[in-house]
Amino acid sequence: MNIKAQFGMVMNLDKCIGCHTCSVTCNNTWTNRPGAEYMWWNNVETKPGIGYPKEWENQDERKGGWVLKDGELELRAGKRTNKLLNIFYNPDVTPIDDYYEPWTYDYETLIESPEKQHQPVARPKSQLTGDYMEIEWGPNWEDDLAGVHETGWRDPNMRGLEEEVKFQFEQTFMMYLPRICEHCINPPCVASCPSGAIYKRDEDGIVLVDQDACRSWRFCMTGCPYKKVYFNWRTHKAEKCTFCFPRIEVGQPTICSETCVGRLRYIGIVFYDLDKVEEAASVTDEKDLYQAHLDLFLDPHDPKVVEEARKAGYADDWIEAAQRSPIYKLAVEQKIALPLHPEYRTMPMVWYVPPLSPIMDSFGNGVDGIHPQMIFPAIDDMRIPIQYLANLFTAGDTEVIRSVLKKMVVMRSYMRSVQLGRQPDQNLLKQIDMTEETLREMYELAAIAKYSDRYVIPSSHREHADNMFLGQGTAGYDFMEGCSDCAVNPNMTDSYQFGEAYWGDIGGRTSNDL
Amino acid sequence: MSTYDQFFWLIYPYLMLTLFVVGHIYRYNTDTFGWSAKSSEFLEMSRLRWGSLLFHWGIIFVFFGHVAGILVPKGFYEAVGITEEMYHFGAVWFGGAAGVATAVGALLLLYRRSTVSRIRINSQKRDFLVLILLSVVIITGFTNTVGYTASGGAFDYRETIGPWFRGILTFTPDVELVTSAPIGFQIHIFSALFLFGIWPFTRLVHMWSLPLEYLNRNYIVYRRMQGKKLTNR
Repeated sequence: MNIKAQFGMVMNLDKCIGCHTCSVTCNNTWTNRPGAEYMWWNNVETKPGIGYPKEWENQDERKGGWVLKDGELELRAGKRTNKLLNIFYNPDVTPIDDYYEPWTYDYETLIESPEKQHQPVARPKSQLTGDYMEIEWGPNWEDDLAGVHETGWRDPNMRGLEEEVKFQFEQTFMMYLPRICEHCINPPCVASCPSGAIYKRDEDGIVLVDQDACRSWRFCMTGCPYKKVYFNWRTHKAEKCTFCFPRIEVGQPTICSETCVGRLRYIGIVFYDLDKVEEAASVTDEKDLYQAHLDLFLDPHDPKVVEEARKAGYADDWIEAAQRSPIYKLAVEQKIALPLHPEYRTMPMVWYVPPLSPIMDSFGNGVDGIHPQMIFPAIDDMRIPIQYLANLFTAGDTEVIRSVLKKMVVMRSYMRSVQLGRQPDQNLLKQIDMTEETLREMYELAAIAKYSDRYVIPSSHREHADNMFLGQGTAGYDFMEGCSDCAVNPNMTDSYQFGEAYWGDIGGRTSNDL
Repeated sequence: MSTYDQFFWLIYPYLMLTLFVVGHIYRYNTDTFGWSAKSSEFLEMSRLRWGSLLFHWGIIFVFFGHVAGILVPKGFYEAVGITEEMYHFGAVWFGGAAGVATAVGALLLLYRRSTVSRIRINSQKRDFLVLILLSVVIITGFTNTVGYTASGGAFDYRETIGPWFRGILTFTPDVELVTSAPIGFQIHIFSALFLFGIWPFTRLVHMWSLPLEYLNRNYIVYRRMQGKKLTNR
């Protein structure tokens, strides 16, 4: 067993109101710079729609993620030699126009315009060229289904739904899908980078780009099937969501989560077995990928797992955090959170609770008013087609979606009984295979959603990252005399004689003796 | 040997080659962030395609052509039985083809960089300088091979420029060898050396980053906090 801790996020789509606060705060924190204006490390898409960038899910075109070739896991865009041969021109790059051309407005005319018959207008100006431009596409262009009658059918998740769905007013459906980098367990962007500039952090699984090692080969953008690695056109380097690691390291949630007004995001860690990743990502049937992914996660309450985690160097606060992890609860214990597009074989770590939606006909006044016995048939009549959700979250397996939606409906029905002092229908509980205790926990996490329950984030153990004693006095003013006079090891020479090993070798007591 | 000759074929080459070596060390240690291919494909794809492909593949063949013609002594070919005719056939046809590809590629790239406004505006002066200089080097080189040598020019660069350049590299320079070279060759040498001199300070440094280690690397890269690189799988 090769145990690793991994940060994950769950977003409860049932609670998302599509306000874009997450996108805006993320943008203000990270991408409000020249070359990055077009980047939305966090964006909220209205589904159905082609999204950002256009048709990012159409992998025939975009070539992202992994595929099985003769039973072997391989990058869809081609293997190593193929990349080096295409290094002078990568035919599969998603160009900036497929995101949108960033612009600003000519605000000066508003102030400096002479008196005229009409109000002065601030015209849009391209941030790429400074020229006036016509805006034909932009961030979140499809907000609340705008233009869906044209773009809807180009949404790859619509396959198999042609008969059922009409993109006409009052006959359509919609949902919000906030997206960030998935910080995959099997990240194809990392695998695509010829320079080894993108890496996964060993201790917490966060995927980052080393800006000094990026050489502008641009294969990561193709490799990521979620199109969440961006290209800074000013610095010519790849950039991506950092999972707000400076915040995470001190135990704070990411800025998108912190500012979510719907309080729908959850952050925590899970333990998984690195040795089993390749096998799990290589299962033949795409529909088995969700289960294979679940099987990767280790039970943090299992004494054997705890022991392994300790051996691997994880501190007790991390093990405790894994045991309290809302991610583990939602994904493994309650099984209501699902990965986004498991068929990309990336083992993504941002999961989603699918949204409930109004019931189309014959059942009258919505989910809560339905007689308990009518709940299950009603699921299939919800406005968002089960098949659509299945194409998003389970590689097309509608049974898993049904089971999740049933749990969500039963939880409401159960809590309604509890609140009204009625006897809960035990038969319903049996059918969804959940105990009253887990159902209660599901309710607490979804409806009460306490800050401390949503975010169980163990602080990073930076104090173990290096020998802090050695660093003493080596940093400070670099003018005048500086601090080197009082430094422990001013020349940063061999650290052996400053370490425990040396102390042990000359007969001193070390932590092993305690 | 005039002062003029001594400057152009002795002092200047060493100046430029020193800049080339020291400049790279300096740049790598002071500007790792700027060390990249500076790809502009993200802003414009269709015109880049043929320009970049022709130029890059062409220049690779041109490089090996120079190794064969300049770095490998003429005596070596005679020893292994490659005649003057065979050599020239190869140099003119293969070298010519690679030259055409490289020249067309470079001009396409230059045209793209000057006419596509989002590329032009986001270019640095040195990006233009590199492309213009490359075009000069390539076109003079191409006309030397095809225009001069192939049409029966009496000047044999394998007996003059070759030994001179090898002399420069081995610190036994013989300036006399190149003073009588036709002006086309002299411009080619001069501009190429200038390119070497500015090389470390331009995007050309990406050549040293050709990621061959990728072929043997594990797909997924892990790093620990200590900065130690760990790879699994």
